[in-house]
Amino acid sequence: MVATTETIAAVEDATGAYKYGFVTDIETEKAPKGLNEDIIAFISAKKNEPEWMLEWRLKAYRHWLKMDSPDWAKLNIPEIDYQDVYYYAAPKSAEGPKSLDEVDPELLATYEKLGIPLNEQKMLAGVAVDAVFDSVSVATTFREELAKSGVIFCPISEAIREYPELIKKYMGSVVPVADNYFSALNSAVFTDGSFVYIPKGVRCPMELSTYFRINEKNTGQFERTLIIAEDNSYVSYLEGCTAPQRDENQLHAAVVELVAMEDAEIKYSTVQNWYPGDETGKGGIYNFVTKRGICRGDRAKISWTQVETGSAITWKYPSCILKGRDSVGEFYSVAVTNGAQQADTGTKMIHLGEGSRSTIISKGISAGKSQNTYRGLVEVHKPAEGARNFTQCDSLLVGDKCGAHTVPYIVSRNPSGKIEHEATTSRISEDQLFYCLQRGMDEEESVSLIVNGFCKEVMKELPMEFAVEAQKLIGISLEGSVG
Amino acid sequence: MNLLEIKNLHAAIGDTKILHGIDLTINRGEVHAIMGPNGSGKSTLSYVLSGRDGYEVTEGEILLDGESVLEMEADERARAGMFLAFQYPVELPGVTGMSFLRAAVNARRREAGEDEVDQLEFVKLVRAAAADLGVDNEMLKRAVNVGFSGGEKKRYEILQMALLKPSLAVLDETDSGLDVDALKIVSDGVNAQRGDDCGMLVITHYQRLLSHIVPDFVHILAGGRIIKSGDKSLALEVEENGYAGLVNAA
Repeated sequence: MVATTETIAAVEDATGAYKYGFVTDIETEKAPKGLNEDIIAFISAKKNEPEWMLEWRLKAYRHWLKMDSPDWAKLNIPEIDYQDVYYYAAPKSAEGPKSLDEVDPELLATYEKLGIPLNEQKMLAGVAVDAVFDSVSVATTFREELAKSGVIFCPISEAIREYPELIKKYMGSVVPVADNYFSALNSAVFTDGSFVYIPKGVRCPMELSTYFRINEKNTGQFERTLIIAEDNSYVSYLEGCTAPQRDENQLHAAVVELVAMEDAEIKYSTVQNWYPGDETGKGGIYNFVTKRGICRGDRAKISWTQVETGSAITWKYPSCILKGRDSVGEFYSVAVTNGAQQADTGTKMIHLGEGSRSTIISKGISAGKSQNTYRGLVEVHKPAEGARNFTQCDSLLVGDKCGAHTVPYIVSRNPSGKIEHEATTSRISEDQLFYCLQRGMDEEESVSLIVNGFCKEVMKELPMEFAVEAQKLIGISLEGSVG
Repeated sequence: MNLLEIKNLHAAIGDTKILHGIDLTINRGEVHAIMGPNGSGKSTLSYVLSGRDGYEVTEGEILLDGESVLEMEADERARAGMFLAFQYPVELPGVTGMSFLRAAVNARRREAGEDEVDQLEFVKLVRAAAADLGVDNEMLKRAVNVGFSGGEKKRYEILQMALLKPSLAVLDETDSGLDVDALKIVSDGVNAQRGDDCGMLVITHYQRLLSHIVPDFVHILAGGRIIKSGDKSLALEVEENGYAGLVNAA
């Protein structure tokens, strides 16, 4: 891999700052601040939703009102005033662009600046992108190309109107509305996100990707993604996220649901780079995300790969329900925290099917004054005869003011289940650092090289096009962590 | 101009003084050997020269090409042409041998204002150099020094040296952990790099390395001082009589 040279280049041009912290000046339509049934009705109306969807949202909202914010994570979450947030913000020009020619040039320029050109000629070959800006999807590329093979890739708001049967059947089927506080909140106010449907026997001809951008001040982003892979199909999907540098904290509460039928495979990758706040902990995104997939059919496979470098607070546990016989769940994670960042992240592997297997590889890197926790559950239920899990959690500490924590929960209700857990905690040794320095690499490059080596098992799971970007990111996030 | 000039060098680790006034001058094209008993300060000298954290120069001067390096960080000294072949090369899990070499070469090229190496050209270059040292392609795909045998580690050190082309190479106990055959391969690799562009400082405990890498000058280090200097015959004298006689005479 080209880890080093790429990383260095990135470190050099980033000059120690969050690179994506700019704000796009664009005329926006917002709902009034605050959360109540009228706001939810407003969002639903804005999206031209059918009545049943509004009912679904209101039901979620009423659940949410009765719930409490989870407090079991090793996170220090300041009280959030949910009435002080905008739940809907959309660029005025974004109301229903039909083709790329109609997209506001200002928005195209924004994505260009983020390194995501939406112009199909300029794009990475073989990657289709859905661009979500605050509360709306502003463009989805390569849709016609994909439609030829029967693949649906569109904003979820459009799917609700166009494919109500699929939505009714699957939305909330993996993450029930009242699953947790943030999923209930999301279900009430979600605004956009992506919908993917891969028909039977189809191998999706290109990588699908959604790029989330929060732009407006005091605005929460509540995206909702649903991916359905029918029997014997395959899809690889990647999401990326950035936000402007602001002093106030901003809320991002997403729900992602994956459904894999018999012999289907879904590979879901995330490169999360929300604004992390400054070193003192001022500003940054609160990232409270529920991601879950179900292997409904036999031999289905779901693979989560995440590279988490951003956000002030991360609360996120992409999980797999392994219902099918011989179904497979994988979780590969790199979580980097620096400055005052806090991350509590991991996975849940719920083994229900006979012979189901899961693999968890987690690499946590803590620097600065940050706290980084792996929290994972492996649960083998009675019918899961012969289920297997292998977990490896490695933590790397950079400096002496940060913390790394590993909290594995293991439950086995079937004596034939085999569960392995390995964990290590280490530091970048002075020997390693000196060895690199003596070969001429400066301190930041040396740390980046060592850390990228430490994460290699996970990085190689990312689609090629994004591996380089992810390596750069790790280098950038660790800037100023040594010396 | 002298390549390296060490003048009255005193150095300490924390409160412990290890080097007590070393004077040594190395010119391009010369190979100097430093021999000495355990605890004489040999490895300390190599770390002080290369600028390792924690090794403090309390008095004296180190000049490389006439410029003081005392204010330079380890990486700056490396880019200025100093190379240390480690006694115990360090493991870097997940970092492949090839990518590490590329990072090191590029660090120098950037310093020199040159473009980074072309990937394909570089792979060819490395493979040619590696073949001379009996380093196979498979080894370059593995993580740096992880699971390498003693011989492989030392060959990888010398391969780095061959690609980085330092003006001053310090070889710290390069013979340790090598069997006779490996010693020959590594020594041949070092000898191939002798020439008018490079000065070498070979640190060793035993004479046997010096019958492969024949030095122009031999210095005996004891108690943090050079107590005797001479030509290659001095090494044989040590081999014959041990260090004790020399140390006592000093």
